[in-house]
Amino acid sequence: MAESVAAPIVSQSATQLPIVGKSEVRPTWCPGCGDYSVVASIEMALKRLKIPSKDVVIVSGIGCSSNLPHFLSSYGFHGLHGRTIPVAEGVRWGNHGLTVIGTGGDGDGFGIGVGHLIHAMRRNVKLTYVTMDNQVYGLTTGQASPTSRMGQKTKSTPTGVIENPLDPVSLALASGATYVARGFSGDVKHLTDLVANGIAHKGFAFVDVFSPCVTYNKVNTFDFFRQRVYKLESAGHDPSDLGAAFQRSLEWGDKIPIGLFYSVEKPTYEDLEEVLAAGPLAYQPSGLKGREKLLDEFV
Amino acid sequence: MKELAVRVGGQAGDGIASIGESIARSFSRMGLHVFGLNAYQSVIRGGHVWYHARASEGKVHCQGDTADILYALDRQTVDVHASILRPGGTVIFDPEKFPLAPTDVSSELHLLPVPTLEIARKYTSQSILQNAAGIGATAFLAGIPLDVIHQVLTDSFGRKAGDVVTWNIGASADGYRFAETKGPIHPKAIAKKGPPKLLMTGNQAIALGAAAAGCKFLVQYPMTPATSIMHWLAAHSRALGIVVKQSEDELASINMAIGASFAGVRTMTASSGGGFALMTEGLGMAGMAEVPVVVVDAARAGPSTGLPTKTEQGDLNLLLGAGQGEWPRAVLAPSDPVEAYRLTAVAFDLAERFQTPVLVLTDFHLAEAMEGVDREEIDLNIPIPSLFTVAPDSHRYRRYLDTESGVSPRAFPGQPGLNHIALSDEHDEYGGDVSDIRAGIPAAIAVRKKMMEKRMRKLKGLAKEAPPPVLEGPADAPLTFVAWGSPVGAVRDAMTILHEKGKATNLLRFPTLYPLDPDVVRSMFARTRKTLLIEGNFSGQFAHLLRAETGIELPQKFLKYDGEPFYPHQIVARAQEVL
Repeated sequence: MAESVAAPIVSQSATQLPIVGKSEVRPTWCPGCGDYSVVASIEMALKRLKIPSKDVVIVSGIGCSSNLPHFLSSYGFHGLHGRTIPVAEGVRWGNHGLTVIGTGGDGDGFGIGVGHLIHAMRRNVKLTYVTMDNQVYGLTTGQASPTSRMGQKTKSTPTGVIENPLDPVSLALASGATYVARGFSGDVKHLTDLVANGIAHKGFAFVDVFSPCVTYNKVNTFDFFRQRVYKLESAGHDPSDLGAAFQRSLEWGDKIPIGLFYSVEKPTYEDLEEVLAAGPLAYQPSGLKGREKLLDEFV
Repeated sequence: MKELAVRVGGQAGDGIASIGESIARSFSRMGLHVFGLNAYQSVIRGGHVWYHARASEGKVHCQGDTADILYALDRQTVDVHASILRPGGTVIFDPEKFPLAPTDVSSELHLLPVPTLEIARKYTSQSILQNAAGIGATAFLAGIPLDVIHQVLTDSFGRKAGDVVTWNIGASADGYRFAETKGPIHPKAIAKKGPPKLLMTGNQAIALGAAAAGCKFLVQYPMTPATSIMHWLAAHSRALGIVVKQSEDELASINMAIGASFAGVRTMTASSGGGFALMTEGLGMAGMAEVPVVVVDAARAGPSTGLPTKTEQGDLNLLLGAGQGEWPRAVLAPSDPVEAYRLTAVAFDLAERFQTPVLVLTDFHLAEAMEGVDREEIDLNIPIPSLFTVAPDSHRYRRYLDTESGVSPRAFPGQPGLNHIALSDEHDEYGGDVSDIRAGIPAAIAVRKKMMEKRMRKLKGLAKEAPPPVLEGPADAPLTFVAWGSPVGAVRDAMTILHEKGKATNLLRFPTLYPLDPDVVRSMFARTRKTLLIEGNFSGQFAHLLRAETGIELPQKFLKYDGEPFYPHQIVARAQEVL
């Protein structure tokens, strides 16, 4: 259910317009990196939803995974470390006809940028935010991240992490995200479903992805997750039950759930911002020509 | 030129600003030029606050040095402010609140005891109504007709329920008539002079200017003294079709503004120095990604939290150096509300045309003081060229095309065939990232050099297009004041005083602080004789900038960093030393 865009220069019908595909830039990730599956899932999800590439903006921050917008043919904004979300919100409010997808890593989203994430979720801005969560800082060559587990040895924690990890799924549930899912780079088909449904979701869709770093995280590997993940869809989980979603989000150990934790339909920020009812802001008239009566209030 | 000033003082929470604004607005509606200064502290209740309303037949540019009527809601007000009353001035007070004997003040002053509490009790048990009685007495003494003050009170309380308006009308009339029985109106009182004037703060002028210049998205986190920009636009959001977003912090403010601008709307954010400091990384990204954005810094006295409700021009260096690395920017500094309105529109125009941040630097004094404005000075008809100027073509679109001006054709998401990535990393003309696998190889080194030069070339255009320095006063005066921002008002009034003393001076002021065109600036200084810099900071930041950009030295400086605005008499005294 992609939204239509009132673009001023549309000369072709939407069905003739190109859909998002690969760009000319080849991914720069390490061979075997989990992020290859994530970019593939976003590409396949957008193809499934048949959203013209002109109407898609992929926003990222800084980190290995944040290079993602370069590898697809949509519009993109590759911004600052930790600021993926506010740029994405700004794009969305500037033109809410666009499909806006935020991408990035666990450091970007849950470390330096976590403040923005919480507020975007409670606002229920219609965005899809896909985190490539590898539980380590990769681009800076292997330091602890907010999702590194207790005891994990990294360059910044040579004797092991002594902080509790942040749980992105529980955080999202507590913050008011209206679509909360977790995927695994080892299951692209499942991940594509989660991303596609997230993009189609009317509200803030959060998809945390176990996307292993093959270079700097020797604990949370593909094998680690393959042995542990199970799908909520096959476990009788009811995604409309917030309490059950919280329960599932706390599971970590021999069995780790992936899939859709929670989904609910609520008014989005854009629904409630009355100014946007007149159409995308970018195409609304502006200025004060002929509004001299406005000056009366200063008398 | 006849002028009269009223000062009202009391405790925070007493309604001092409301009293003061009622008086200021009444003068303005009488067609007088008004300057209204609200001096307060960073608390909601308690602490000494005061309001100064200066009215004149001719233009006044600042709060001035004196007052004629002091309405004191507490004894502290008399102790602090009676000394600024001119001979023949009057202190209005309620003896039920505190005793005051003629011997407590200068023998050249009059006392007018008014039973404001007693009047209020006729109507309600709410003691706040005493203010209406005080306003009435003050209005009589200040020559404000009763119907003018009644209309102002009706307009301010009209939204409130029940008897509030009736009580205010009644109590103010009682106060007015009480004063009438006690003596004549103040000899300096001015009669109605012409059509009503507008009365606006610098912040309101900026908000209005942004709306007129096509701003569709204002994002801001509350911080004194920038907050009222958001208040004005929020109040008019629906009517004007402008989205006003209160962000979670200033990091979000600048990044949201950049996102919305990337999507194709004109955007603005505003804060004071502390919030601006948080925006600096984002600003650099806007410079790098070539996204227009207008950012207002309404400076207050720093460093750090500093004096939140006091004024200073200490943020100039912050704005000049904001952000890592080098990127093109312009810094504009309006000196009064009319210029704040116009320069805000200029800021939007320059930001759009040069696709880079334009910073507007004000201070507490300009942001919050109210000044009279003639309706004709505000032209709402500001041209807003369409942002959609790039047609899709068969060639691969180069968002960062290297051009002579440094400005590249700009496209927006939603436009077919123009897909691109905007980015904070160094990039080639297509928006391809050269920071990662390509950095350091010869082709990428060449790209880096070329793109730096492309972006920084915009400074040349900005220096030509941004408003040049303005010379006010006689060209051949023996002393030239050099100033920017709100102190310009006090300088203008000081020049009038010096003129009356037979001393000719002029003023060279800088609506654009950066970039300066060195040739233009040097040619303007070529005709000056002695100079005196008037700047509201400790180190003379503008003098450093001017020397760095033009080689011109300003050896004589009057620097102020006590949190208070410049007063004309202070500038006159310093000028006489220099002359």
